[in-house]
Amino acid sequence: MDLSALASCLITPSCVITQTTSGLIIGLLLFLVAAGVSLIFGVLKVVNFAHGAFYMLGAYFAYTAYQLSGNYLIAVLAGGIGVALFGLVFERLLISRVYGSPVLMQLLVCYGAILILDDLVKIIWGADFLSFGMPSAFQQLPFVFAGGVVPVFYLFLIVVALAIAGLLGLLISKTRYGKIVRAAAVNPSMVSALGINTGVVYASVFVLGGFLAGLAGGLAAPVRSLTAGMGTSIIIESFIVTVIGGMGSVAGALVGSILIGLVRSFGTIGFPLFTEGLMFVLMAVVLVLKPSGLFGKGGA
Amino acid sequence: MTTTDREIMATEGIDVFYGSSQILFDVSVSVTEGQTMALLGRNGAGKSTTLKAIAGLAPPKTGKVRILGRELQRRRPHVIARAGLGYVPEDRQVFPEHTVEDNLLIGEKRGPNGEDYWTVRRIYDMLPLLEPLKDRFAGRLSGGEQQMLTIGRTLMGNPVGLLLDEPSEGLAPVIVQQIGALLRKLRDMGVTVLLAEQNMHFCLGIASHATVIDKGQIVFRDTIEALKANEDVKARYLAL
Ligand SMILES: Nc1ncnc2c1ncn2[C@@H]1O[C@H](COP(=O)(O)OP(=O)(O)OP(=O)(O)O)[C@@H](O)[C@H]1O
Ligand SMILES: [Mg+2]
Repeated sequence: MDLSALASCLITPSCVITQTTSGLIIGLLLFLVAAGVSLIFGVLKVVNFAHGAFYMLGAYFAYTAYQLSGNYLIAVLAGGIGVALFGLVFERLLISRVYGSPVLMQLLVCYGAILILDDLVKIIWGADFLSFGMPSAFQQLPFVFAGGVVPVFYLFLIVVALAIAGLLGLLISKTRYGKIVRAAAVNPSMVSALGINTGVVYASVFVLGGFLAGLAGGLAAPVRSLTAGMGTSIIIESFIVTVIGGMGSVAGALVGSILIGLVRSFGTIGFPLFTEGLMFVLMAVVLVLKPSGLFGKGGA
Repeated sequence: MTTTDREIMATEGIDVFYGSSQILFDVSVSVTEGQTMALLGRNGAGKSTTLKAIAGLAPPKTGKVRILGRELQRRRPHVIARAGLGYVPEDRQVFPEHTVEDNLLIGEKRGPNGEDYWTVRRIYDMLPLLEPLKDRFAGRLSGGEQQMLTIGRTLMGNPVGLLLDEPSEGLAPVIVQQIGALLRKLRDMGVTVLLAEQNMHFCLGIASHATVIDKGQIVFRDTIEALKANEDVKARYLAL
């Protein structure tokens, strides 16, 4: 523990800016994954443990698309769309069979999928770390705010991820699709009796979750090293986020993710050996104070 | 008010089970165009189960369900709804965390032949008490307001045949009267209705025909006037 280092960072504007930026990036990328986990659980009542593997696939799809096209926008979209399509197949083939099954059954199906996907990644892209490289458009001098250095790509990531979060919020709260999705989360048989095919709604939510995870993978690729198993830590963090924010709440996922991101980035300074543990401490504190999560409904 | 002999919705000899216990035995009900048919019976007689069987929520093991001549037994509820059936459940089942207007919008769809008569505007015109509540969460409405909303939500799907499960249950007399007036309005518009009720008196000014169900079997089928005059059937099968 190094509280004096943390204190001196907190009173130094450049350190605060650097750490806040990196915390936001961790948090917003995490949000794109956690929002999907939370939505899928809220609507389908399925815990998609394989969502971290979706993020990994997004990064690799983006990697290959970038190798082929040299265009980062195409690469990110390839990550999102590729994983959305993969999610559709995954939902129809596997997940639709475990609706209503005990969570252990869902865990087994997803864990099996994770093992297979990690191995497939090794077979296709190799077992070594891959480096995406910084797209040339972002190879510029960094911004400097109050002495804090912020790379152009970091700013880009923050803006894009916040825009996606805003669009997702609008989609869920304002559009007819979002209204139907929220209704199906509460009372699917009534939704069905009103003439809406809930199977299609379920599949679409899974596809949406896959799209977001794939985008996250593509957006993260230039600042993370690609490796099979890179989805493991983000899925665990996603679960912490959904516990903190409240299952099924997009706003909760955003707040929870940013909290985790900031805890991680400032934690590395104050508690370099206990950063992972800090997230669990935060989760425990929320669980004690508000068992249903910050944005969750009901008691427990 | 036009009625014809054309069958709008019907069951033919359906058997329905919950798990291993049989609830409906060889139940046949038929409602023709423009009719308001009362389905009467005591607590637990099988009224709700009959409606759920038609709506696809309690699929029959044997027998047929027809909507506008299409055989739809054991099809999923959304298929049956799109074929022209509207279902209003007994416990209302509004979406509590959606506003009144959003509840209506979720129900919006065209009828089986492209009908698009019902709009939010027309629902508010027919159910004026909903309009000032349009931005309120449906879970915050009174029982009577929720009942109006759930009927309006189903109408938004332009159904040709409407199932109503005890719309007067548990409501204050003045609200029951309003619901009665609404059902008469729908009847006069030519909507075909199958109305499950325990209370025959509520149905008297509304329904033209009556089917009585007891212990999962149909025991009487005639005009509502004939039922009103039949003291024996009333005493044996209805709680009065
Ligand atoms: N989900 C269920 N599982 C098992 N049995 C059920 C279920 N729903 C209803 N039943 C039984 O089926 C029978 C018929 O019930 P149903 O709800 O159709 O009666 P009802 O005529 O609508 O009665 P009420 O006037 O009380 O609404 C009852 O004996 C009831 O206990
Ligand atoms: Mg009933």
